Amino acid sequence: MGFDWSILATPNYWPNMLHVLSPALWETLYMVIVSTVLAYIVGVPLGVILVISSPQHILPNPWVERTLGTVVNIFRSAPFIILLVVLIPLTRKIVGTSIGTTAAIVPLVISAAPFVARIVESSLKEVPYGVIEAALSMGASPWQIIRKVLLPEAIASLILGFAITTISVIGYTAMAGAVGGGGLGALAIDYGYNRFRTDIMLITVVLLVLIVQGIQSIGTAFARKLTNH
Amino acid sequence: MIKIEHLSKTYTSRKGDVIALEDISLEIAQGAIYGIIGLSGAGKSTLVRCLNRLEEPTSGTVLIDNQDIMKLSGKGLRQARQSIGMIFQHFHLLQSRTVAENIAFPLEIAGYKKKDIAKRVQELLPLVGLEDKADVYPSQLSGGQKQRVGIARALATQPKVLLCDEATSALDPQTTVSILNLLRDINQQFGLTIVLITHEMKVIKEICTDVAVIDASRIVEYGPVEQVFIQPQSTIAKEFISSVFPNELPGDLLRELATHPDSEIVRIHFLGSRASDPIIADLMKDCDIRANILYGSIDHLRSTLFGTLTLELQGSPEQLTKAHAYLSARGLKMEVVQNGI
Repeated sequence: MGFDWSILATPNYWPNMLHVLSPALWETLYMVIVSTVLAYIVGVPLGVILVISSPQHILPNPWVERTLGTVVNIFRSAPFIILLVVLIPLTRKIVGTSIGTTAAIVPLVISAAPFVARIVESSLKEVPYGVIEAALSMGASPWQIIRKVLLPEAIASLILGFAITTISVIGYTAMAGAVGGGGLGALAIDYGYNRFRTDIMLITVVLLVLIVQGIQSIGTAFARKLTNH
Repeated sequence: MIKIEHLSKTYTSRKGDVIALEDISLEIAQGAIYGIIGLSGAGKSTLVRCLNRLEEPTSGTVLIDNQDIMKLSGKGLRQARQSIGMIFQHFHLLQSRTVAENIAFPLEIAGYKKKDIAKRVQELLPLVGLEDKADVYPSQLSGGQKQRVGIARALATQPKVLLCDEATSALDPQTTVSILNLLRDINQQFGLTIVLITHEMKVIKEICTDVAVIDASRIVEYGPVEQVFIQPQSTIAKEFISSVFPNELPGDLLRELATHPDSEIVRIHFLGSRASDPIIADLMKDCDIRANILYGSIDHLRSTLFGTLTLELQGSPEQLTKAHAYLSARGLKMEVVQNGI
């Protein structure tokens, strides 16, 4: 079945398109920004704890490391689409409803936070332990080491990880859209797929590609700027 | 200043225990530059890291400035560490901070005020010769410059002790000398006690006042540098010394140089002003023997002359005995290399 591309030439095509696109775009940005920020608020401390509690680090604690690691793994191995459904009761408790853009944020955060924890963990593990030992030899406390050594020394890697996380969250929001979250993903499915509007499908895909590309470029540029070696 | 008593460290693993340090006792005087030398794996790095408890000893005590380091924990230990500076083989600078910010780091940790930090950093930069590098990142510095930053950083909080963990091992010979000179200057200027570990006897020879030789987790020999260099007791100490003073010919080669088959070959060690005394002339005159110089070398230990002279002595047994007595009366250390055939 072919698609009649002459539709693009009809009057008011682009104003109408903008009318449909812009709320979807804002919904996507809203979901991505809010859930990424919340996921970082939860994930960074978890990542830090995973690192410092590992053996041969500043606060080794096998029990904490293993327990937290297991919890993180459990959440990371659950497919997002399953998590979406399983978390409906929790979402309803927190947001009051299980449908809509804000409701989608709950499963997004719960699935992204463990991802953030692992990404942050791997960035912080790149900091050579010698530098941490030097700080210890000066009498630095664990908190000072986290704030003044671990995080600043890993900043470039953390920013690249932030770009990766944001891009993954964009992918998740498209799935969340499928179950009533709205956004560009929902638009692509509702109009593009279900109503055979190949043009809308294509435009949303192009838009998503542009967003992803933009985030990655900004992330890479920042990381390069902050790399002093 | 530092008193180490019966310090032991055993690493426990599933494969079995590994002894890193065994019953180490040492006393390090205020203002000393105390060198601890050993081959890799001898335990020297573990020893220096036990002094500020980067490594936890299994037993024993460490007193620094009469404070028992082993009894401290948490905040007390962190405060004690602020008065023990440390520099490392691989510098361990913060890559995300400039030179000035790296030097400021221990001051921030110790809770200095911003204004005081800036002032102290401005004092330290010229001390290590890096006035023009304040705003440069470590990645743009050479190895020697990085170690200078390390030294400035270690001195920032005005510690009483400076621990050097193979501080020159990653540097080329020329840079090593300049870093050692800097350490010596700091030692003399501030009376700072320096403990340095190394596998290079050259480092000991250049700046140390005292040396301890560590082998297979134990101290096998220690004392003032001059004493250990002139009269090394252990095989390992002798090997280390021959690495910096290799100019000794084996006995059979010396024998070939000798003119008389029945003569005696002796090696005399000089130290300090005795190196310039007219010993041989006096020896020949007073003991009525013939002395033939086979071989000689002169070098320095820190700023003291240090040398050996290998002589062929010809004379009757009585005259030779007299010559031995004459040399020991002059306080010279003499050894007979090969006695007749």
